[in-house]
Amino acid sequence: MEKKDEKKIIAEITEQSYKYGFVSKLDSDTIDKGLNEDTIKLISQKKGEPEWMLEKRLNAFKLLKTMKPPNWANLKFDEIDLQNIIYYSAPKKKASLKSLDEADPELLKTLNKLGISIEEQKRLTGVAVDVVIDSVSVSTSFKEKLSELGIIFCSISEAIKKYPELVKKYIGTVVPPKDNFFAALNSAVFSDGSFCFIPKGVKCPMELSTYFRINEAGTGQFERTLIIAEENSFVSYLEGCTAPQRDENQLHAAIVELIALDSAEIKYSTVQNWYPGDKDGKGGVYNFVTKRGIAHKKAKISWTQVETGSSITWKYPSCILKGDDSIGEFFSIAVTNNYQQADTGTKMIHLGNRTKSTIISKGISAGNSNSSYRGLVQINRQAKNSRNFSQCDSLLMGNKCGAHTFPYIKVRNKSSVVEHEATTSKIGEDQLFYCNQRGIGNEESIALIVNGYCKDILQKLPMEFAIEAKKLLEITLEDSVG
Amino acid sequence: MLKIKNLHCNINSIPVLKGLNLTINPGEVHAIMGPNGSGKSTLASIIAGNENYEITQGSINFSNNDLLDFSPEERSHLGIFLSFQYPVEIPGVSVSNFIKTAVNEHKKINNSKELTSTELLKLMKSNLKLLDMDPSFLSRSMNDGFSGGEKKRNEIFQLAMLQPKLSILDEIDSGLDIDALRVVAAGVNKLRSDSNSFIIITHYQRLLNYISPDFVHVLNDGKIVKSGDAKLALELEEKGYDGL
Ligand SMILES: Nc1ncnc2c1ncn2[C@@H]1O[C@H](COP(=O)(O)OP(=O)(O)OP(=O)(O)O)[C@@H](O)[C@H]1O
Ligand SMILES: [Mg+2]
Repeated sequence: MEKKDEKKIIAEITEQSYKYGFVSKLDSDTIDKGLNEDTIKLISQKKGEPEWMLEKRLNAFKLLKTMKPPNWANLKFDEIDLQNIIYYSAPKKKASLKSLDEADPELLKTLNKLGISIEEQKRLTGVAVDVVIDSVSVSTSFKEKLSELGIIFCSISEAIKKYPELVKKYIGTVVPPKDNFFAALNSAVFSDGSFCFIPKGVKCPMELSTYFRINEAGTGQFERTLIIAEENSFVSYLEGCTAPQRDENQLHAAIVELIALDSAEIKYSTVQNWYPGDKDGKGGVYNFVTKRGIAHKKAKISWTQVETGSSITWKYPSCILKGDDSIGEFFSIAVTNNYQQADTGTKMIHLGNRTKSTIISKGISAGNSNSSYRGLVQINRQAKNSRNFSQCDSLLMGNKCGAHTFPYIKVRNKSSVVEHEATTSKIGEDQLFYCNQRGIGNEESIALIVNGYCKDILQKLPMEFAIEAKKLLEITLEDSVG
Repeated sequence: MLKIKNLHCNINSIPVLKGLNLTINPGEVHAIMGPNGSGKSTLASIIAGNENYEITQGSINFSNNDLLDFSPEERSHLGIFLSFQYPVEIPGVSVSNFIKTAVNEHKKINNSKELTSTELLKLMKSNLKLLDMDPSFLSRSMNDGFSGGEKKRNEIFQLAMLQPKLSILDEIDSGLDIDALRVVAAGVNKLRSDSNSFIIITHYQRLLNYISPDFVHVLNDGKIVKSGDAKLALELEEKGYDGL
């Protein structure tokens, strides 16, 4: 599809959420705080789910009651009170402002710096947009294009109703509820998310992005994503956007499951920019995410993430390399500033023969922030001739921040090779002075140095995403030196 | 152009420069020689605005500006260039991107139009030629994995791109083989003009065979202890600093 068409479609589709009754209908529809079986039944009922889904939710809830939040991460935060959270609230009505003049000027400043178009700014800040072109037809043409190829891309709620066999077969198979506390929580109460199915032999002709999805509003808190790529298929999926996402919900617990069948490839890119809290760290989002993919024979899963937001990030996109000759990749940039904390990394579980994994992680800490890389590379006994290469670099800015690396390596056979490299460097005063001496001011110098440091990973992102991510890094680190 | 008066400075409360005086007029080339640790690089850093040094006394005037009031980048914009004794590595930042950023910052400050990529590339290519450098240089990371000689050439390359009024070359000759020395010196000579001045810090008289100085100074223990013309360098080569 032409770039231009694609853009037009994005614009049109994002406007649609205002048109559809869904939003306004549920406008005042919020249930009481607290979590018990009735809450879950109510959520399931409101979403009109089939019985089997409710059962799955209730089972997850039973498990949840026996579990505790993990405490091994290098993070400090107050205990989370599950009874003090509202688990179902209708999507906020977005189109409430008359013009951009009414929007938060700080937010606008950031959006401008990111180079986000006026139309997109309106959408993000919640300004009502006039629909000139017939948007239904455009969105239909987009959907038609995908469905011609047999690709399904819709909300998970819709998928549960329309494609129950597919969902039933795969949901919870990669991240079962018992995996961890937050996974159990999500499995019990997930609000919405994306579903994506690529049939045998199909290469998805465009990047699938949450932008395209119609039922996008209000899915942030307990998001659930399921992507299935059948044999020999390919899909590149983009999650998130670079614009700052404010949300009054402090606790976020998402699950993403990827299934790559034989010789399939899934490329999953994330730019995470949830509200990080103010300069003192107050009010930011706690982001606890379980992301995992399973790769069958000769399949490839690659995770690329740019994490700049949230006050707490707990996230380990992982690959189970089940099939022989399967490949897992993890490319990550995690930036923390002010009082942000991030504990992130990956797990590569090698089960098949000749499986390969690559991990490249770049942590950047500024201000009083703390960033940890935590990675597990496990090569099982039967995974003969497997390889892993890991490189974990940390960059510190100033003296008050911290960076930590926790690599766990378990190799259970002799024919496999694991290489691990780790470096910690500081944006040296000498580097800054060198740039300054050439006439480049501090802010610009930091942008230059940081972008250089992250280059390998920015290159992995789809082009347009990469440009935005670059600007985002610069903005996140503004005022972090001097 | 540059007038340094009675300059005293400390690093970590230890005095390094102890009453240094130096005057440089437009178009002049001054060589500064002196034993290890005498304060040559310190002087260069201070002129460039390195804030690690504490100025305890004295003044530096540059083109009628009180230089000590200016930040390092502002000094660069005024036309001061330091070719570092130890150029710094900036991994992942290509030479071309770095220079583009630097050149355009200068343009911005002077309210002139930023150069387009094509204009820049043309300029870079002609300067690379001047220094007998391969264009593949442009896509390498700044000084990252460069040989000693390549780093020095990269410094002069930036000098050629930025066209400064006062250039300070701190041991540009160390690490250069004889051919490279000739090329770099020829490059510098091409950039000499009636309005551009140079401070050349070196240990070896050989460089001064290629770039002939108007003045030679000997720096010892934080002060200029002797000044003369090019002949002083020859004398030093023969007798050493103790023979002064
Ligand atoms: N960052 C620093 N910390 C501590 N001492 C320093 C620092 N920089 C310079 N000095 C000291 O200041 C003195 C002058 O150093 P400087 O580098 O200016 O000497 P130089 O004349 O350039 O020597 P060389 O010929 O070896 O390059 C030395 O005694 C050096 O140890
Ligand atoms: Mg020196």
